[in-house]
Amino acid sequence: MASYFLRRLLMAIPVMFFVALFVFLLLRLTPGDPAQAIAGDQATPAQLAAIRENLGLDKPIASQFAAWISSMAEGDFGHSLISQRPVLEMIGQRIGPTLALAVMAMIFTVIISLPLGVLAAWRHGGLVDRFVMALSVVGFSVPIFVIGYVLIAVFAVDLKWFPVQGYKPLTEGFGPFLHRILLPGLALSFFYIALVSRMTRASMLEVMREDYVRTARAKGLGERIVLFRHALRNAAIPILTVVGTGFAMMVSGVVVTETVFNIPGLGRLVVDGVLARDYPLIQAIILLTAGTYVLINLVIDLSYALSDPRIRYQ
Amino acid sequence: MTFRFNTFGAVALLASSLHAMPAFAETTLNVVMQAPLRTLDPILSTAQIVRTHGFMVFDTLLGMDAKYNPQPQMADYGVSADKMTYTFTLRDGLKWHDGTPVTAEDCVASIKRWAANDGAGRTMMTYVASIEATSDKVLVIKLAKPFGQVLELLAKPSPVPPFMMPKRLAETPAGKQVAEMVGSGPFRFVAEQYRPGDQAVYLKNKDYKPRSEPMSWTAGGKVVNVDKVVWKAMPDMQTSINALQSGDVDLIEQVTIDLLPLLKTNDEIKTGAINALGSQVTGRFNHRLPPFDNPKVRQAAMYALDQDQLMQTAIGDGQYYKLCASVYGCDVPLASDAGSEYLKGSAKERLAKAKELLKASGYDGTPVLMMQPTDLTILSTQPIVAAERLREAGFKVDVAAMDWATLQSRKNSTQQVAQGGWNMLFTYWGVSGIWNPTVHALLDGSGSETAWSGWPRNARVEELRTAFLTASTLDDQKKIAREIQQIAYDEGFYFNAGEFQSVAAWRANLKNLQPGPLTLFWGVGK
Amino acid sequence: MSTPSNTVSGGLPRRRLLRNPPHWTTVLAVLVLLVVVAMAVFAPLLANFEPTKLNAAMRLKPASNIYWLGTDSFGRDLYSRVVYGARVSLLVGAGVATGAILIGLPLGLLAGWYRGIDGVLMRMMDGLMAIPGILLAIAIVALVRGGLITVIFAIMIPAIPQVVRLVRARVIAAREETYVDAAMLLGTRPAKLIWKHLLPTTIAPLIVQGTYMYASAILTEAALSFLGVGIGTEIPSWGNIMAEGRLYFALNHWLVFWPAIVLSLCILSINLLGDALRDRLDPKMQGRSP
Repeated sequence: MASYFLRRLLMAIPVMFFVALFVFLLLRLTPGDPAQAIAGDQATPAQLAAIRENLGLDKPIASQFAAWISSMAEGDFGHSLISQRPVLEMIGQRIGPTLALAVMAMIFTVIISLPLGVLAAWRHGGLVDRFVMALSVVGFSVPIFVIGYVLIAVFAVDLKWFPVQGYKPLTEGFGPFLHRILLPGLALSFFYIALVSRMTRASMLEVMREDYVRTARAKGLGERIVLFRHALRNAAIPILTVVGTGFAMMVSGVVVTETVFNIPGLGRLVVDGVLARDYPLIQAIILLTAGTYVLINLVIDLSYALSDPRIRYQ
Repeated sequence: MTFRFNTFGAVALLASSLHAMPAFAETTLNVVMQAPLRTLDPILSTAQIVRTHGFMVFDTLLGMDAKYNPQPQMADYGVSADKMTYTFTLRDGLKWHDGTPVTAEDCVASIKRWAANDGAGRTMMTYVASIEATSDKVLVIKLAKPFGQVLELLAKPSPVPPFMMPKRLAETPAGKQVAEMVGSGPFRFVAEQYRPGDQAVYLKNKDYKPRSEPMSWTAGGKVVNVDKVVWKAMPDMQTSINALQSGDVDLIEQVTIDLLPLLKTNDEIKTGAINALGSQVTGRFNHRLPPFDNPKVRQAAMYALDQDQLMQTAIGDGQYYKLCASVYGCDVPLASDAGSEYLKGSAKERLAKAKELLKASGYDGTPVLMMQPTDLTILSTQPIVAAERLREAGFKVDVAAMDWATLQSRKNSTQQVAQGGWNMLFTYWGVSGIWNPTVHALLDGSGSETAWSGWPRNARVEELRTAFLTASTLDDQKKIAREIQQIAYDEGFYFNAGEFQSVAAWRANLKNLQPGPLTLFWGVGK
Repeated sequence: MSTPSNTVSGGLPRRRLLRNPPHWTTVLAVLVLLVVVAMAVFAPLLANFEPTKLNAAMRLKPASNIYWLGTDSFGRDLYSRVVYGARVSLLVGAGVATGAILIGLPLGLLAGWYRGIDGVLMRMMDGLMAIPGILLAIAIVALVRGGLITVIFAIMIPAIPQVVRLVRARVIAAREETYVDAAMLLGTRPAKLIWKHLLPTTIAPLIVQGTYMYASAILTEAALSFLGVGIGTEIPSWGNIMAEGRLYFALNHWLVFWPAIVLSLCILSINLLGDALRDRLDPKMQGRSP
């Protein structure tokens, strides 16, 4: 297993290189000009040319790529073209809120969707099942900004239980932190709850038809043990897969949620970056997200191999 | 259209509350600015948000008062009898934020850097023989040829104001942003708490010595009555309004006007115009490409467009916009009604005229590529409204939706449309950036690559613009400005789509908000 | 999916589809979808106004006899825009789902069957999938410049790896089945084997996945509009109607809620239909479906 793990880790290198190349090319072929973002819309072409030259944007793309890759190999992600600050510093300023938001959403998801999905499959066609299906439809069908606004309108403006916007880091106390991250976390988790409870239900339904579940039942094991110990464990991998593939979707949710609740996280940083054509910043954030994603999927693939001995990659 | 700028009685407030504020525990002003602050160099950037930031951290030799007159700020000035020598004497007690004293050398370097970056500054330099520091406190500008605008340019609050910075920063090469925010202005920039695009924090500069004269725009004593100002960027207006209502925020610099009724019912919130000057919306034609390379086609388009319709769709409430012919802004000294014949008549009559002119122009059906920014609310409606009107007049129009950054970059392309060019775009300009022919970028008639996009070419306008620089009386200036305006209409430099007023909203406990050509943070307290 | 797979032996599913009378929710879902499709097809007949007809004097009006659902910030008729919006939203969803499946299915089959291709292909898919879809979409929309096709393309690209992974997992699982081994021993050609035995096992999960993609494509389009890089306002889509309406949410929340309701109903129906198909197509589900 260790050598398999190592091999998969090595395979991540070409993946990341592909990501780097793909993103680099995509960005450089995109119209738009970081010099404009620096100088503003009333700047003249002469001013822009001076800024471009200063940033090295007048050099050929291949040499820009080579320079970027080689400096990254030394751990230097470069400086933002626009604010001129080190990219890693900017990411460091913004990653906390995003992580907090994602973790919050994940907690909501696990607490709510796993039991719901299992119950729905257990009483297939029953009340909980219908509720799960209805919930998943709502989660899938309503744009996250509408969910956000409804939550704000009800819980923040009318009931005044929560602040309408903003973020307080954990260092300012757990209370204020939780107070501000709950609503956005809930808004973000909506989609995820729908996805995971639906997949849990589907996966459980499939597993529960398997012989060993029937055997377990025939042995007279309690329904709860059958469900949670036998069935859920075997249904776990498709659910995990969905969590893994859902990571990318979560990023998109994060972008919108951060905008609605005005959370100064990575999502907003990256959208601002794209709109301002801040190449080093976008590249670094994408590589970071891609790296996280690759890691998550590595873990999932490993659990595939661990749980189903028929699938061997060696 | 009746018009009433709601200047909210700031002037009255000003008169009543000039007494020094008692010193309380730390007061912080939380503000949602109209745009996120992403870059810091106010000399390199023409963006309004960076200019506002500039006035926090930096100071200017001269300020401009509410009557558009240059006044002493960092320096008192003297002008020789022949108006060829300007002497500036720095006032006592000026210090950079790093503690070193402000010297005339610093200011000379700053003026030179500014002049290299600013269009009007570059023009000025062609008239200047020398700028020299004659002592630590005195700098002298000697002209080679007569030039009437030295004081106005050094005092101008519009893009780009000549901010003063230490020599070591002012010597940053052209095209490179300055590395530090060290100025001598009334606020210090807190670099550690700056999150580009999200938050900027300013602390009161306790070493700042305000002038003794009363505050008036960027002139007079910049007395700071809060300890800390925090700028927050909020990408969503709804979020900003919620935050204002809950008290998380004290001031929103620019509120979407349609949403004002939501705030009017709240006693804790006041709304009004703190930026005394409006902004002009401009529909720019690309003079280099067909169909708008034909002046007759441009004229037809100008008749097809309608100020009121464009403004009504973009702004809604008629009390917040103004329709006038003046290309310099409706209420500035140079305003005139030259060219107003192009704006007369009902929308219907104008459309009929447009159809007639278009037929006579020989328009061959070349489609107009209209750029529409989707992520800039204030400019996203005009292209749609204009496209519909142009189509009704007989034009073929393609609306190309794109983000603002793409639009900004594409507007500089002189290529054919198929190769990434464009035919028409809308933008807006704060009146302080267009109030005379020297600073108004859209009136540049040189047609040169270095001019702002659109590239109209007109030799007479260039002559007049040069003459304006040396015109010494307001009457002469008015006469020249009027003629330029008439040509700008006749030749269809651009369509003047009217002037709107930015409306701010703030918590009622804010006192003594200052009116100004941009949002000022001195005077105000809470 | 990794679970040991079923033993579907192919054949047309039509017979099985019609064996039992459909559940009432399925009937309802089909009816709703028919209505939405009718909205899209007969939009010019159903709408009261041109969906792009501006009227500056009638901005942000409440619902009335003339404007059934009120007007938006351009003074355009909301009802007519919602009706026309069906066209774009259905097209975006369908375009993305079919496009991703058409491209992803063969890639997934190849990757699952041929180990030689698997490595390289999956590394590229991993790479593509690792890039946040929304960001990729923003960049592509900006790169190729606005328009419906661009938006479909931009949303489809990040969806392809999902299909590939799903199909590949199914194929890998099925490959281990005894009946596949048996078929190989009997000398069945790979093409036939894939067509007769492997392809059918992918249908049910692809339908479920397809419904997700359909739904999320429409939502992604809305998110792109929200961030200012969607389809231009000249072509109404439920996404950009909502995105424009959100600015005025507090003033008139129906500007958002009407398209949101229609959108939700439409997606609800697609999901219900997808589930019904899934239950029918998967033989193990028979007798258990409601």
